[in-house]
Amino acid sequence: MDGTREFKVATKHHVTTTINGDPAEFLCTSEQTLLDVLRDVLYLTGSKEGCASGDCGACSVILDGRLVCSCLVLGVEAEGRDVETIEGMANGDELHPLQQKFLEHAALQCGICTPGFLVAAKALLARNPDPTETEVRYWLAGNLCRCTGYDKIVRAVLDAAADMRGN
Amino acid sequence: MDYRAPGSVKEAVELLALHDGRAHVLAGGTDLLVKLRGGFVAPQVVVDVKAIPQLRGIESDARGFRIGAATSCAELAEHAAFSAAWPGVVEALHLIGSTQIQGRATAGGNLCNASPAADSVPAMIAAGAICQVAGPGGEREVPVEKIVTGPGRTSLARGEFVVGFRLPKPPPRSGDAYLRLIPRTEMDIAVVGVGVSLALDDKGVCTQARVGLGAVAPTALLVEAAGKALIGTRLDAPALAALAAATSAVCKPIDDKRGTIAYRIKVAGVLARRAAAIALDRARARNA
Repeated sequence: MDGTREFKVATKHHVTTTINGDPAEFLCTSEQTLLDVLRDVLYLTGSKEGCASGDCGACSVILDGRLVCSCLVLGVEAEGRDVETIEGMANGDELHPLQQKFLEHAALQCGICTPGFLVAAKALLARNPDPTETEVRYWLAGNLCRCTGYDKIVRAVLDAAADMRGN
Repeated sequence: MDYRAPGSVKEAVELLALHDGRAHVLAGGTDLLVKLRGGFVAPQVVVDVKAIPQLRGIESDARGFRIGAATSCAELAEHAAFSAAWPGVVEALHLIGSTQIQGRATAGGNLCNASPAADSVPAMIAAGAICQVAGPGGEREVPVEKIVTGPGRTSLARGEFVVGFRLPKPPPRSGDAYLRLIPRTEMDIAVVGVGVSLALDDKGVCTQARVGLGAVAPTALLVEAAGKALIGTRLDAPALAALAAATSAVCKPIDDKRGTIAYRIKVAGVLARRAAAIALDRARARNA
């Protein structure tokens, strides 16, 4: 591994990006993931680290309109991109309909998975405002919840979708 | 570790050659970032190929389709013309991971990660996809089934990387399909995966057939005997039985908690038959 040290680049990357509609700049190493940057550099700690391997979805963010696991994106890859996190979901003190419905349906307990589910559900409804229950379940298959189970979450998403369609 | 995002194939090849074996290509990152995190790889530099225009998107002409190697599975699945032409390839790509993974994972990465269970590879083999490889010696074209040589190993030389895939324009009365078996409904690794692509003449007799088989040998396989079992037939019961037997015959699976050797061998034949039936329905529908 001596060769690695010899070539190691100590300088950080200067990244200019957009986060929740606001211009943002940060410094990061090549190794830092977007999740590391969001949490440890920008202190946007809403996105959670569950597995760090793309299996649990707790770190879900929307990158240029695509739902991704921020633990599987390098921070430096955010250059010039548009990042949406859970922190951008509520409008000031006014909760997003999905957030409101998660509360009403008691679709959370410990809350670790909740930001990921909310961001993933938001990405679904942006693409498909009237999903079937099956579509919701398949879309959210990459988000794991270890306490509430999925029924209340699915019902909250379907109810929020109906609400947002004006039903 | 350094990060570089070259804007051209030439620049990427130079970077990969400069670091002679200590550079790693980054496409969607859904496998690489996990390996980096786990310490399984320690490259001096990761070369992000997503900024190279040739590596992105789908083009079509009279001969068929060209896919950039770093195009995400989600983009491929959303492409109406490509999905209509190669539904089996698209259903295989669409089975790779969750919605989140789909947004990042790429066809080139699924191939070059060289997992025996990669979903897209048997379907691409069945489709007769050709891999475009760039390297210090220029560009060359290789059938997809010649890229992976074993778990985690490829035939790519140092400094080479996959830039794209060519898929032919499907002939009239042709169809393809991919089926995999997993113990769960979603989010699992194939126990067996089978891709079938076939074409019929105007009397409904099979004129071409290719079968790709995954997760039951160290690499995905082109099963030539299985394709031959269908050619000249109307995919009647004896032909499908011969297809299943030929598919099962080449399996050299591992034995693990997700499937015993005997189970995987049997299921390979069953999936081949079912995938052929779906491909046949699609071929007939394309006739109409």
